[in-house]
Amino acid sequence: MAVTTTYLGVPLYRPKVAFFDFTSCEGCQLQVVNNEANLLDFLSLVEVVNFREAMTEKSNDYEIAFVEGSVTREDEVRRLQEIRKNAKILVAFGSCACFGGVNQLKNRFNDLDWVKKEVYGDCPVDTKEAMPLEKYVKVDLHIYGCPVKKEEVEKIVLNVALGKAVNLPKYPVCMECKANGNICLFDIGEPCLGPITRAGCNSWCTNNRFGCWGCRGPAEDANVAQWQKIMRQHNFSRERMLDRLECFGGFDHLIER
Amino acid sequence: MIFKTIKRDELANLYAKLAQHLIVGPVRKGLDKNNKAMYDFDRVDKFADLCLDYDTTKHSAKKYFLPFTETLCTFKIFKDSWHKKVDYNINEPIVMFGLHPCDINAFNKLDKVLLEGVYPTPYYAAKRKNIFIIGVDCQPQPWCFCRSMDTDTVLHGFDLFLTDLGDRYFIEINTATAYEILQQLDIQDPAPQDHQLFLQKTNEKADKFIASVDTTDLTKILDMEFQSPVWQEWGDRCLSCGTCANVCPTCYCYGVEEEVDLDLKNARKNKHSYSCNLIDFAEVAGGHNFRPESHTRLKYRYYHKHRGFVEAFEESLCVGCGRCGQACLADINVPEVIASVRQEKI
Repeated sequence: MAVTTTYLGVPLYRPKVAFFDFTSCEGCQLQVVNNEANLLDFLSLVEVVNFREAMTEKSNDYEIAFVEGSVTREDEVRRLQEIRKNAKILVAFGSCACFGGVNQLKNRFNDLDWVKKEVYGDCPVDTKEAMPLEKYVKVDLHIYGCPVKKEEVEKIVLNVALGKAVNLPKYPVCMECKANGNICLFDIGEPCLGPITRAGCNSWCTNNRFGCWGCRGPAEDANVAQWQKIMRQHNFSRERMLDRLECFGGFDHLIER
Repeated sequence: MIFKTIKRDELANLYAKLAQHLIVGPVRKGLDKNNKAMYDFDRVDKFADLCLDYDTTKHSAKKYFLPFTETLCTFKIFKDSWHKKVDYNINEPIVMFGLHPCDINAFNKLDKVLLEGVYPTPYYAAKRKNIFIIGVDCQPQPWCFCRSMDTDTVLHGFDLFLTDLGDRYFIEINTATAYEILQQLDIQDPAPQDHQLFLQKTNEKADKFIASVDTTDLTKILDMEFQSPVWQEWGDRCLSCGTCANVCPTCYCYGVEEEVDLDLKNARKNKHSYSCNLIDFAEVAGGHNFRPESHTRLKYRYYHKHRGFVEAFEESLCVGCGRCGQACLADINVPEVIASVRQEKI
């Protein structure tokens, strides 16, 4: 693999990267290998040395770690800390890693033992509250989404390779939704988290008339209090409002209760 | 200007004459939660789909002149050089059938910045020159305040303009192209009573406005009230979502981003529309943000529309279509914001 990729005559640094998964559906990693048309180009920019879902070889010699999933077990904490030690850059990859994701819904129950009993019956598993990576280790970059948007991942990796700044959208989904010519879902009586959720998904769900559930977490400066007021004005129940806000875990610290 | 009339039934023949081109106009977009019809500008495939009696559209017709995203140029990347190709992205002429006066006035205002400025925008110019505009009169809706902004009628910026006189339309003809097309149709010279009827329609319309904005001394008042606490109040409500700018027929701010293909063989420069309400609108290299607070961003949007533009062009950048207020989930609308700044009870 001695071939050096160049861009306008400048050789590009090809970092060694690894993909890891914790408690998750592994769908975010699947997004990376899903794009067959671009996969070889993607692999020419980075050297993948560890990717359980996609390859057999394993190595602990990597610079960038993409970590999918939330942390729900004690052994996961130790494994994550090991990854942190090995990696120069640790990327929280997808909503579970960033916010706890759908997994953190179990944290809503007061009695975690009851939850375990419901799910595992008589074969108990040693689990605890689902937490984002940041609860245990320092995270250098977040890539949001459930699942992550492969085009966004490719763009980020490319910008890293080219030495360009990685700029994720800071504004809400509404911006992209309106640019896509959609009619507001509130107009047809559907709730939507678009006004406070971070954009970058190209309003994937609302383009298909499906209200936003906030998988990418809050936009910067998200006006959650105003959104809650809007939900009340549109006669949506408190339960429906909290269902939206709590689904992926990104809004937890912003909810007015 | 030349005036004619055309029978209501004959309008289908005008449509047919133009149908060899892409026709864009107001079409139905289903019902809202109150069972009220919603409209938007879209491609029209048959005359029956064209809803000339629409109240308003959810979005303006801006995207046909200023697309939300547009590739400004493409690059082929070679080993250590590149080849640049510029395309103004106008592949075919477009017929815009059924624009209200506010929306045509919006383009006239955009012309002042994008065509008549020191650096005209060729991407806008190419589209503006290749779009045939048919205007149609309208009925003021409760949220319309175009009359306050002097944009309830339109004098130029269109090819022909239709006013509904019942069984026929009164036509204002503004371009040779429009005249030549109409020559192929069954049109009549207006009778003296048609002139009278036309004026009567205009007067009736003027009486129907509910919303209004007092623009008297507004630039001065905005200067005086720069520190007014009302800005903070509106800012607390604002979602900073950019919806107002996106549905606005005159907001033209944008960002440019370079995009390189993963195979490093092609690259392009993309323009995408932006809004001064977005959190990073005033963020500069190095990360400093000149307007980190929502209320300062909202304020500057109003200052651009109602103060800066007026000082530069003797007219407001707002056409009073009311779309921003209708689209805003937080109910922030121009008449109420301006009234609050003027310290008027509403």
